Amino acid sequence: MTAVWDAVAGILGRPLLRIRNVAKNFGKNKVLRDISLDVAEGEFLTILGESGSGKTTLLRIIAGFESASAGEVWMEDERLDRQPPYRRRVNTVFQHYALFPHLTVEQNVAYGLRVAKRPEAEILSRVAEALEKVKMSVHAKSKPSKISGGQQQRVALARALVNRPRLLLLDEPLSALDANLRRQMQVELKSLQREVGISFIFVTHDQEEAMVMSDRIALLRSGELEQVATPREIYGRPSTAYAAQFIGHTNLLKGEVRGGMSRCGPLTWQTSLPDGPVLFSLRPENVRLAAENTALSNGVRVRGKVLHQAFHGATELIRVDCGAGLVLVVRTSGSGGALDAVDLEFSAADAVLVRESPERI
Amino acid sequence: MFSRAYKAAVTLPPLLWVTAFLLASYLLMFCYSFWSVSAAQSIVHSWNFYNYAQLLRVDVYWQTLLRSMWIAARVTVFSLLLGYPLAYFLSFYAGKKKDLLYQLVIIPLWVSYLVRAYAWKTILGSDGVLNTLLQYVHLTKHPLEFLLYSPFAVVLTLTHIYTPFAFLTIYAALEHIPRNLVEASHDLGATPGQTFWKVIFPLSIPGVLAGATFAFVLSLGDFLAPLLLGGPSGIMISNIVVSLFGAAYNWPLGAAISLCMLLVVVSLLFFSERLEKKWSFS
Repeated sequence: MTAVWDAVAGILGRPLLRIRNVAKNFGKNKVLRDISLDVAEGEFLTILGESGSGKTTLLRIIAGFESASAGEVWMEDERLDRQPPYRRRVNTVFQHYALFPHLTVEQNVAYGLRVAKRPEAEILSRVAEALEKVKMSVHAKSKPSKISGGQQQRVALARALVNRPRLLLLDEPLSALDANLRRQMQVELKSLQREVGISFIFVTHDQEEAMVMSDRIALLRSGELEQVATPREIYGRPSTAYAAQFIGHTNLLKGEVRGGMSRCGPLTWQTSLPDGPVLFSLRPENVRLAAENTALSNGVRVRGKVLHQAFHGATELIRVDCGAGLVLVVRTSGSGGALDAVDLEFSAADAVLVRESPERI
Repeated sequence: MFSRAYKAAVTLPPLLWVTAFLLASYLLMFCYSFWSVSAAQSIVHSWNFYNYAQLLRVDVYWQTLLRSMWIAARVTVFSLLLGYPLAYFLSFYAGKKKDLLYQLVIIPLWVSYLVRAYAWKTILGSDGVLNTLLQYVHLTKHPLEFLLYSPFAVVLTLTHIYTPFAFLTIYAALEHIPRNLVEASHDLGATPGQTFWKVIFPLSIPGVLAGATFAFVLSLGDFLAPLLLGGPSGIMISNIVVSLFGAAYNWPLGAAISLCMLLVVVSLLFFSERLEKKWSFS
């Protein structure tokens, strides 16, 4: 796998950050296992995972607050994991911001430049510029305790970016904000990232946030990478049942292939897959309520009884019992009213073959 | 929320306590300091400033007060110099041994003050442990006299006794510093040294001030260490007060000196509290 990545990197130009076979054990607890991941220059990569999946540990290894039990972290030609955190050209936006309470907003932002002993004139202009960028110039003289959570968030961002790092790490920076502010910050953060062109590694447990902001998502599960792909790819072509379920809603169809036919309960369709047990992921929005007379050329049709309808406004989720223990969830743009028995239809191409996700401790 | 009767019942006992045992005694002492003693050794209840004038006129009084403050200042500095690194090490680097080491630092506080003071007598005396050792290894021919019955012995003993107090307050302040601030500092490129001076130390100042206040105030009022180990040159202001209230039978002068000490201590507490407020950021 590593060899393949290196070959790809050779063609595309070297990635900025290369994580190679990193593992982390806390005593007997294996928090990370064999993580290999590349981050390109200017990329917005999200590490997505549930709490306890090891995502923060991975970030802390890159920042230098934890050392890896095995493996290497490279930034271009430099072995990053042997450097203390204060020599890495990496900055972090902490989950609870970690602003220095005894310093003003301005002094907080200037901190990195001051310890690097930059000329005072340069410090002042860069700090002013950074505060301008995050719209916090008016609060320059305030202490962190006197400004709101969202404002502290911006200051933390300015404090990291003012050092012009090669890579910015963000540890669930939006999790403490309320829903509206959060959506607004998602947009701002993304456009800020495009503007400064610095690579971001963003850690979150929120799959929607990951979808909205990222160039690529690295889905982490119990310390192992489940899938690394663009949001569209990971949604449209999830490689495992876990990925399909964690990102968006899905119908998992368990069945088997025999003699060129896929069979999942009452559903059958032609396939080129070899014989054996199979698992498919079928997104609810890829299933349609079918009218009597229209049929897709490569469509799979089934008739079922409506169990439950949930109206969400723009869309409606309908649970349909198709017999033989198969319940399909359908997302429509509105059914128009209460339904009883319906015909469902989907394209066989939308049933994506996924791997089982084995239970991990 | 609570009835007036309940509030009164709760507030009254402490109020009475403070009035009877603190305010009344301070008031009495205040009055005494303006009275005088007759030649026949009886208190003359006539108001005058004679005692305060004595305090300024007789060298031994104000000099001893100044020397006591100088001793207390040295004790404070040494206690902080010993207590801070210890607290810093324990808070940041001791890991799993933290609780054990913490208990070890606290243990001397359980031992009687007198025992600890006498222990130094055994160590520092002419036939003491230290002198015997120095002569045994032929570093000195005669016992070193300055070790015991000197200001040195007093400063040493008081430092030993009050270092745990300085340690405790500093340790508490260090434990309150969120560790992600230290990480943030390293993340922003600050070396461990820079991080200490720019983040950890400023945030621990309230603890340093509280510890300094403890050490200074407690050692300023100390009279046992100078009594046991100070000798004539190591005498402190409390020893004078004790003798004025005792053998010398001059309560008015003793009261006047006590009030001066009280003034020093109260103004110190006032300033350290203001400084602590200025440096706290919770």
